[in-house]
Amino acid sequence: MEHAFVLPNSGHNWDAKSSKMGMWLFLFTELLLFGGLFLVYMVYRALNPDAFLIASFELNVYMGTVNTLVLLTSSMTIAMAITALQKGNVKLAITLSWLTILAAIAFLVIKYFEWGSKFEHGLFPGMDHYDSLPLGERLYFYLYFFMTGLHALHVIVGGIFIGVVIYFMRTGHVNKDKISLLENSGLYWHLVDLIWIYLFPLFYLIH
Amino acid sequence: MTEAAISQPNFFQVKKGLFSWIFTLDHKRIGLLYLYSIGTFFLVAAGLGVLMRLELLNPGRDLIDPQTYNQVFTLHGVIMIFLFIIPSIPAVFGNFALPLLLGTDDVAFPRLNLFSWWLYILGAFFALSTLVFGDGPADTGWTFYAPYSVRTGTNVTMSVLAAFILGFSSILTGLNFIVTIHRLRTPGMGFNQMPLFAWSLYATSWIQLLATPVIGITLLMIVAERFFGIGLFDPSIGGDPILYQHLFWIYSHPAVYIMALPAMGIVSEVIPTFAQRTIFGYKAIAYSSMAIAFVGYFVWGHHMFTSGMSGPAAWIFSILTFFVAIPTAVKVFNWVATLYKGSINIEVPLLFALAFIFNFMIGGLTGLVLGALAADVHVHDTYFVVGHFHYVMFGGAGFAFFGALHYWFPKIWGKMYNKKVANISFILLFVGFNVTYFPMLILGIMGMPRRYYDYLPEFTNLNQVSTVGSWVLILGLIIMIINLVVSRRKGEKASSNPWNGITLDWQTTSPPPLHNFDKMPEIPEGGPYNYPDAHQVQKQK
Repeated sequence: MEHAFVLPNSGHNWDAKSSKMGMWLFLFTELLLFGGLFLVYMVYRALNPDAFLIASFELNVYMGTVNTLVLLTSSMTIAMAITALQKGNVKLAITLSWLTILAAIAFLVIKYFEWGSKFEHGLFPGMDHYDSLPLGERLYFYLYFFMTGLHALHVIVGGIFIGVVIYFMRTGHVNKDKISLLENSGLYWHLVDLIWIYLFPLFYLIH
Repeated sequence: MTEAAISQPNFFQVKKGLFSWIFTLDHKRIGLLYLYSIGTFFLVAAGLGVLMRLELLNPGRDLIDPQTYNQVFTLHGVIMIFLFIIPSIPAVFGNFALPLLLGTDDVAFPRLNLFSWWLYILGAFFALSTLVFGDGPADTGWTFYAPYSVRTGTNVTMSVLAAFILGFSSILTGLNFIVTIHRLRTPGMGFNQMPLFAWSLYATSWIQLLATPVIGITLLMIVAERFFGIGLFDPSIGGDPILYQHLFWIYSHPAVYIMALPAMGIVSEVIPTFAQRTIFGYKAIAYSSMAIAFVGYFVWGHHMFTSGMSGPAAWIFSILTFFVAIPTAVKVFNWVATLYKGSINIEVPLLFALAFIFNFMIGGLTGLVLGALAADVHVHDTYFVVGHFHYVMFGGAGFAFFGALHYWFPKIWGKMYNKKVANISFILLFVGFNVTYFPMLILGIMGMPRRYYDYLPEFTNLNQVSTVGSWVLILGLIIMIINLVVSRRKGEKASSNPWNGITLDWQTTSPPPLHNFDKMPEIPEGGPYNYPDAHQVQKQK
């Protein structure tokens, strides 16, 4: 049944500012989620500085660096996609968004090889080589898998999010005047990138 | 004023049938979905509590064995905290009333709101499934301390995953309310013109948003440790159990303010209405909510005074614990000042609000005893703690929940509850509650430890008093529930404003229409509780 009176401050009016505020608040929760892990990392690194250093030599700094560059570039492409859509260039926005997803896939492929080489060396919790390591090194690898694993999960989620937004750009549901979904997916992607920027030096660049 | 012919169906009538409820986007229906589910789990956990008190009627075994007892108190705690108290007031009354109080027609993200409820149900399912699988529910206590939680064969993983899912539900609700309060207030209603319940929900939502993720990741670490046996928390493999305690309490202390702040918000709504006077010190109460939320982040160590922390750490946590009591005291003084020279209308919601003040005072003051280092050493992990937290969580937040239930009952269902029966249920609840929990404070000082299945003979009398009190309490609860359930159908029709309230929720019909308001709501001039002079109102009567 139709109702005649609509409030000016109706919750059913879709609102770009609300949508953006909501995404920012969600990002704070993600920061705190990873924050707990970073805290645990800090504690155990302070207690086992030498072990962490030794263990870190197992990681391939080159692959880590490439992954960092890949993610940084992907943050750039999604930001460019937003600007493109703001200027009304839907095709370019879609192309740039696909490039972002491509970068996400590249990141995950490199991660797959990195993890694969760890498994080959028996370095996953429960495997023989891992079990023979001193405690500090075991903590390092455990945190490595937990934190990069949780991060990779967020890369996948972020990639899917951007994929969904691409679909909406094609149907016109996301466009120059209704750009929030793309902007919010960009915000989420920047967070995924930012978390990696912290993970990379903490695991790969220990001195 | 005559009740005009209803121009629209109310929110119950617009669509009927189960699917229209579990797929609803209407904040009022979502609030009720929460009410029914939360209410059910509350009764389950209350039953577990009664069982515990029955076991403690006499020293030695009465009904159940020690292992079962450990599982009972764990499940009681997990359900009460994660399935009842943390969601209760925000999810039920925040959802139902916040948009009405702000003069809007829904929350900022209605679909996210529905998703929060589905997550709640999923989490509840996980928690209750621990009853059926394997070795049964966890026996660790709701605090899941390592290393026992890592090693025990009981269903810790499921319980902990339940808490994780419920945490997500809580975070999303908090997120929704923050955006709603920022963006959807009616024109002319600034932050300093919104009702104090909205302020309390605002402060609570920030805690839900920022604190919950920390326990989320901590619980995931417990699950991972159970599967991979790393040694994050288990000292036998090099881990640090105190690290777990820190991570756990960094959320769980702010969590108690998630429980307390909305309850205080309810009291701040009820008192002006039943004193027919504006609230004393509006800004002080509003900002004290934010102060409690803020300071509450820094006191978690007071749960760990006996875990071996340094002297400086201990007294810093202690002094901060004393600080966080101050904003609460400010509220109590302001509530009492509001009642002074008001035109008091003694109704059951007011009785629950007054009971809140009484119970929370005892709970709060016993909290200071626990916050004082020397005293804490004596009473930590005794029944003193159990008495303390039941006074604040049950006598405080729980009673505020019951008060809100009666306060908004006519608005929700358009009927009035039976006032005589409500008064009787209140008296039974209040007396039963105090007889159950006050002895625990004494038992604790006498030295009875908590979470113990058995006790020394000298503790028998007070335990028996407490158990009898629990029977009175349960009787009061049952009568209250029956009264409300029956009055829903058979109660006298209620007007849109049976309490002569002045906040916007009373400016629409009872029950409200789907989109809340049939015409633009009018904010009271000068403040949300700006009643005309109390003496004038009395003369009009």
